[in-house]
Amino acid sequence: MTARHVPGCVVAIPGGLDGGRALASCAAGQWPAVVTALLFSACCCWSASRPAEPVAGGELRFCLRAEPRTFDPLMAAEEPDEIVSFLTGGVLIRMNRLTQAFEPELAESWRLSDAGRKIEFKLREGVRFSDGAAFTASDVLYTLRTVLDPARHSPVGDPFRNGSGAVTVSERTDGRIVVAFSAPAAGVERLFDQLVITSARSLEKLARPAEMPVLGPYRIAEYRAGSYILLVRNPHYWKKDAAGQRLPYIDSIRLSIQQNRELELIRFLRGQIDLINGMDAESFDRLAAKQPAAARDAGRSLEGEQLWFNQVARSPIPECRKEWFRSRDFRRAISQAINRADLARVVYRGRAAPAIGPVSPANLFWSNAQLPAPVFDPKAALARLVAAGFALSGGTLRDRGGHAVEFSLITNSGNQSRDRVASMIQQDLARIGIRLNIVTLDFGSLIERITRNFNYESCLLGLVNVDLDPSAQMNVWLSSAANHPWNPGQPAPQTAWEAEIDSLMRAQAVEPSQVRRKALFDRVQAIVLDQAPVLYLVDKDSLSAVSGSLGNMSPAVLHPQTFWNVERLYFRDPKGTQH
Amino acid sequence: MKRLRHAAIAVLATIYLAGLAAGWLAPAGYARQFRNAPGATPSLAFPLGTDELGRDAFARLLYGSRVSLSLAPAAAALATLIGAMAGVTAGYLGGWVDTCLARVIDLFLSVPWLFLLLSVRAALPLNVPPVESVAITFLLLGLLGWAAPAHVLRAAAREIKSEDFMLQAKARGCRRVRLLAMHLLPNLRPMLAAQFWTSIPVFILSEANLGFLGLGVTEPLPSWGNLLGGLQNVDGIVSSPWRLAPLLLLVVVMTCFHQVVRLEDFSK
Repeated sequence: MTARHVPGCVVAIPGGLDGGRALASCAAGQWPAVVTALLFSACCCWSASRPAEPVAGGELRFCLRAEPRTFDPLMAAEEPDEIVSFLTGGVLIRMNRLTQAFEPELAESWRLSDAGRKIEFKLREGVRFSDGAAFTASDVLYTLRTVLDPARHSPVGDPFRNGSGAVTVSERTDGRIVVAFSAPAAGVERLFDQLVITSARSLEKLARPAEMPVLGPYRIAEYRAGSYILLVRNPHYWKKDAAGQRLPYIDSIRLSIQQNRELELIRFLRGQIDLINGMDAESFDRLAAKQPAAARDAGRSLEGEQLWFNQVARSPIPECRKEWFRSRDFRRAISQAINRADLARVVYRGRAAPAIGPVSPANLFWSNAQLPAPVFDPKAALARLVAAGFALSGGTLRDRGGHAVEFSLITNSGNQSRDRVASMIQQDLARIGIRLNIVTLDFGSLIERITRNFNYESCLLGLVNVDLDPSAQMNVWLSSAANHPWNPGQPAPQTAWEAEIDSLMRAQAVEPSQVRRKALFDRVQAIVLDQAPVLYLVDKDSLSAVSGSLGNMSPAVLHPQTFWNVERLYFRDPKGTQH
Repeated sequence: MKRLRHAAIAVLATIYLAGLAAGWLAPAGYARQFRNAPGATPSLAFPLGTDELGRDAFARLLYGSRVSLSLAPAAAALATLIGAMAGVTAGYLGGWVDTCLARVIDLFLSVPWLFLLLSVRAALPLNVPPVESVAITFLLLGLLGWAAPAHVLRAAAREIKSEDFMLQAKARGCRRVRLLAMHLLPNLRPMLAAQFWTSIPVFILSEANLGFLGLGVTEPLPSWGNLLGGLQNVDGIVSSPWRLAPLLLLVVVMTCFHQVVRLEDFSK
């Protein structure tokens, strides 16, 4: 597989699945270049472009951007945890990130019944954990019951709690597993895409991750906190390729813990790592200039940058600020005062677009195309604030109580693009008399503040969408959810609009008709845009770096973009992977 | 050698004065974003080009020099003062006071202070304006950097304490306070000055380290630390070498400090 850098887009040329992506991602004006390249490829390189036989061996190396907070796959909430879970965990069914269709994994087949209230799995036989123990229905029962236990507060379990009734799990006499919902569960298959099947034996060994039996293609062999995680091939992994060769092809994966993305890029350019999953635009441009074949732009992604205000009632911040953050007018005025087009153009070098709402247009079915695009208008923002009781005097905005409007924005250190977004927002807000204090924290401290002690005022962060279906975002939208950004874990919704979002999200989650579900979720997006609890800033392109030595590589828009088919990736020359 | 030192002092003074006159030399200011000219090459309007947000790199360099060259001496003075109090007390009084203080000094010297600094910095209130934030950063550097001067001054105080002139003064009935004020401290003066001058570049570099990690002086205020942070893009430097100006200035300042502070000049 080779690639050409055509002005405006990166074109991947077959053989492989990337040809279709190239055609889809090109602007009309670039067709001649693509056709020429395709013809050239077809005529001159036919024998060379034939897919080579996958070869086993080698070590795949890439970076985690933070330390995993847990190896418990049922508690995975952050990106590093999810990556380790993805690489080591086995699931019943999995969505093919390219075709977006579900494929059988540990479940040989599945069947929906009772108008979507039940899903029945026929488990694959002969599957073994990495320690050689047999995979049985009791492991599935244990996993489901653990994840559904409200006392566990499992983020993976939130999407299952879609209705008022309990979810029951049972094993039929023929060994099939039946999961029964109290109400129809729409798009229920995708719930199982992220549910890593584990066992009681596995979770008992959380403190010694190298001893944890797993069902995925890799198992943890070594963990050096702050340094790396070494994964090695699961010798009992069930999947085989068409030729009957046991997968995965690659022997081991070394995940270096590396917060600094500059160093990550330098390591890639030096050939010390094989891929970068998600790049910033500046690094991507530099990579494209040096190694055009390695730079892959898969188009508009599901990742964006967003800003939210802390609305937790018990947070240790001044009352006047809590009042500002609870004010819809205040939040909307801030939204109006931010120049999103400049953010996309200056910070992301045009490899992003101003965000409209919570769902990126990359999600073709679920994004609400009727939402009005936010308009940058500092004068209107100021007028809105004045109408809400604020006053601009001497260049400083003050509230009714005379408090100068000033608040802090926390973000994680080591992400230059995010720092620049924060700086640009700082200048935009200064125009309407608001002083923004930017604070960069290490990722651990930041997560501590936004999820545990709530000692922050506003936060700038990017969240990763791992699923297209809105029901997968129950752990974000439900007011009771742990990942509800602005006010998590509410015992009861604290505002009428949050109550409405709760009810709409629960309704769409049980609605069998996709059209009606879409209408319900469109309303959620409209409420979020209207209330602005989260300000969606930009939708970024899906940019990645991929070593030319890797075969079967097909970057996708869905996370994890580059290694979603990790068990089928191979090195064309495994001996050449000694870094 | 003296000529070289005078030249170094002149260069340092020029840089510092240029920092103080930043408002006049670079009227664009350090924070204003010219969003239609991000990453611009040097021109009359922007002698060192602009950064990725379109801010005048020359203005940021001048203001950054003002910040780093003003606050590093203050932090050095604080560290030297605390170090002198602890070191001289320990060295002069001796006995259990010396033992206790020496342990505390050793403890502080053994702590990985950069991580300590990061932890203390993370625990500070968030809502701190940039100017106060930079002051806090240097205050922390001063408060946490006293152990090295204390260690040196303790040893010096112990040595001077056993000198003949001290014993003679003691034998003549000179009281402790007078001994300290009239005999010990004047003889420690060169050592105090050396500690002060050698701490300045250390604190400048410490702030630069913090800034490079994105944890030093906060936006939009520039310091040499966050200006050096922009040099992480190696390729960008090759194609636009003027971006090396902060590094060049730091090297010049450090070299000048080393010319000004020659330890043999402080020896008795």
